[in-house]
Amino acid sequence: MTTLCIRQGRVIDPENHIDVICDVWIENGHISHMGHIEEVADQEINATHCVVCPGLIDMHVHLREPGEEWKEDIESASKSAVAGGVTSMCCMPNTTPCLDHAGVVHQILNRAKEVGLCRIFPIGAVSRQLKGKEITEMRDLSKAGAVAFSDDGLPIWHAGTMRKALEYASSFGYLIIQHAEEFELTKDGAINEGIVSSMLGLKGMPNEGEDCMVARDIMLTELTGGRYHVAHISSARSIEMVRHAQEKGLSVSAEAAPHHFALTELELLNFNTNAKMNPPLRTEADRMAVVKGLRDGSIAVIASDHAPHHEDDKCCTLDCAAFGIVGLETLLPVSLELVHQGHLSMSEVVAKLTSNPAKLLGLDVGTLGLGKKADIVIFNPSEDWMLDSKKLRSKSKNTPWDGKIMRGTVHYTLLGGEVVYQKEVSS
Amino acid sequence: MKPFPQHLLSITDLTRAQINALIDFSQPFLDLSRDDIRKASTMRGKTVINLFFENSTRTRSSFEIAGKRLSADVINISASMSAVQKGETLMDTGQTLAAMRPHVVVVRHGDSGSCHFLAKHTQGTSIVNGGDGAHEHPTQVLTDLLTLKNAWGDVKGKVITIVGDIKHSRVARSHLLAAKIMGYSVRVVAPKTLLPLHIEKMGCDVFHRFEDAIVGSDCIYMLRIQNERLKTNCSFPSIREYHEAYGLNMARFKLASDALILHPGPMNRGVEITSDVANHAQSQVLNQVENGVAMRMAILSTLCGLEAL
Ligand SMILES: [Zn+2]
Repeated sequence: MTTLCIRQGRVIDPENHIDVICDVWIENGHISHMGHIEEVADQEINATHCVVCPGLIDMHVHLREPGEEWKEDIESASKSAVAGGVTSMCCMPNTTPCLDHAGVVHQILNRAKEVGLCRIFPIGAVSRQLKGKEITEMRDLSKAGAVAFSDDGLPIWHAGTMRKALEYASSFGYLIIQHAEEFELTKDGAINEGIVSSMLGLKGMPNEGEDCMVARDIMLTELTGGRYHVAHISSARSIEMVRHAQEKGLSVSAEAAPHHFALTELELLNFNTNAKMNPPLRTEADRMAVVKGLRDGSIAVIASDHAPHHEDDKCCTLDCAAFGIVGLETLLPVSLELVHQGHLSMSEVVAKLTSNPAKLLGLDVGTLGLGKKADIVIFNPSEDWMLDSKKLRSKSKNTPWDGKIMRGTVHYTLLGGEVVYQKEVSS
Repeated sequence: MKPFPQHLLSITDLTRAQINALIDFSQPFLDLSRDDIRKASTMRGKTVINLFFENSTRTRSSFEIAGKRLSADVINISASMSAVQKGETLMDTGQTLAAMRPHVVVVRHGDSGSCHFLAKHTQGTSIVNGGDGAHEHPTQVLTDLLTLKNAWGDVKGKVITIVGDIKHSRVARSHLLAAKIMGYSVRVVAPKTLLPLHIEKMGCDVFHRFEDAIVGSDCIYMLRIQNERLKTNCSFPSIREYHEAYGLNMARFKLASDALILHPGPMNRGVEITSDVANHAQSQVLNQVENGVAMRMAILSTLCGLEAL
């Protein structure tokens, strides 16, 4: 029997309403007990000034494996994840081949097991080959390990396909995750449509591109009794509609990406391709609406939308640049700004990164309950570090926060009681 | 006066004093261009590359003649004959040309920000924005300012009304920026399909009816309507209806009969402008072309750090 004790950290476990300074005792990879513990363990970790909470769950990650391993693979993404305190990630199905068959799900799960740093929960495709027409064998994918369904990268565009997907998926309790975008309104767009796109002479993507899709989908959710989740919600009106749907009792949820509550379209004024993502950075009013949605609970989850791209795909004009940024290593510090700025409590932010996505997806992780697997992150919430994109563990370096000071440093990440990441001691 | 910047990417790279200096600097080049011997040795030993990813005979030849009149070596590279078609990236194209050590590279490219991108990724050469996407076209606006100043003496307090496809117009955007620097005001006229969102926040008055805008205008600036736009995104139902609503004809021109008429060319006669107006004494269209060469002579020699004639 091996034992590990985390001493004197601020233990936060939103699921069990715990927020207290104490010791955490781990036996054979599981949480054994908490409190003031005299006994000395095989391994001791001093967590003074640190938060000790469940390992983070990032429910929106693009692994790029299989198919685009020069951007990222399961090993590099796992290293990036644990450096960011993430112990579970859900991978989106838009790989090559895509996750529309159980075989690809098995392949990813096997690779994740070989790497052994981070749990991976695949999200299956809604439609075959992500073509938006015929739905996939969702039961088969689910049996193989898919935890939800999405065509992310692409919207489920046709209303008929969306209706069928919601009907079929909810027959078995599955969640449909939508990348909400009406192409007719966003075609050829590079950034948000507004004053910045008008000044720069760029084709814009209006909020209504997102809003139209969310409005349609909420109606279809009501029609079908489906379970519907909006990925990376970014528009104030969409958030308002989600809130309204929840008040009506529909099974509608949403996640927000850190860049949408931390940055605005003004980042694009110097043509920064690392601020190009889809949905785009929007206005200050939209940013504040995301913060409000997080605060009042309409947005239950924070997820990174980790989207690695090679430098070649970003070192070009905005029109040509790929959409997306890496996010696993900035998920925690950017989210902590919500605490530092007084918008949310530490426990609320932790919940949006742990227990909330776990409950939404039915994952047996995300809490520090007794007997649970010891997936834990230990971080100092007020310790600064400067982000140097070259030092990111991800293979790709496309971040808008290069050179910026981040507040919140991960000291340890534990997966099943094993230390899978430890902060380098600076000399 | 502040020293001139290394690159001319945006009209906002220049101060009012610098813009006025370029206008003054252009005057002797106007004279030179009317001399029997249209050549000065000012830019002898200087190399200018015209790197054009979009076709623009007008802007390219204006820069070419400007450079040649000052004895610079001018090389034209168009996308159709360059490595771009072989898949070379914009950065590689830019760096390759910069390695040939030109003093100035004039760039015309279909993407907004492309000239800024090249300026960031090349060393030792001056980049001149010859039109980037729908973003900016500073040398055209400097040409217009030379034209207007020579006609009026000063542009301050004047009203310039720009008519047509504002949404895709780099000229319109550069004028909106220049207006703030030089103290004139801009009205824009177009159907909403040809106006970018929140354009009024860039500091202009927005009109949808031509007649409402034209009264009180000191200059009517007609933009070229591109037939392709009609086909690709149906921004207006037909050329016929566009002309009906936004074409500058004699009846409309009479509402502001003292106004000067500008057009960056090439004109579509019978579409955005009728021939009788295009040929009118107040039409500055050919002056714009002539002034364009002189202004570009001033720009090229200034960027090369050369004094006036
Ligand atoms: Zn997406």
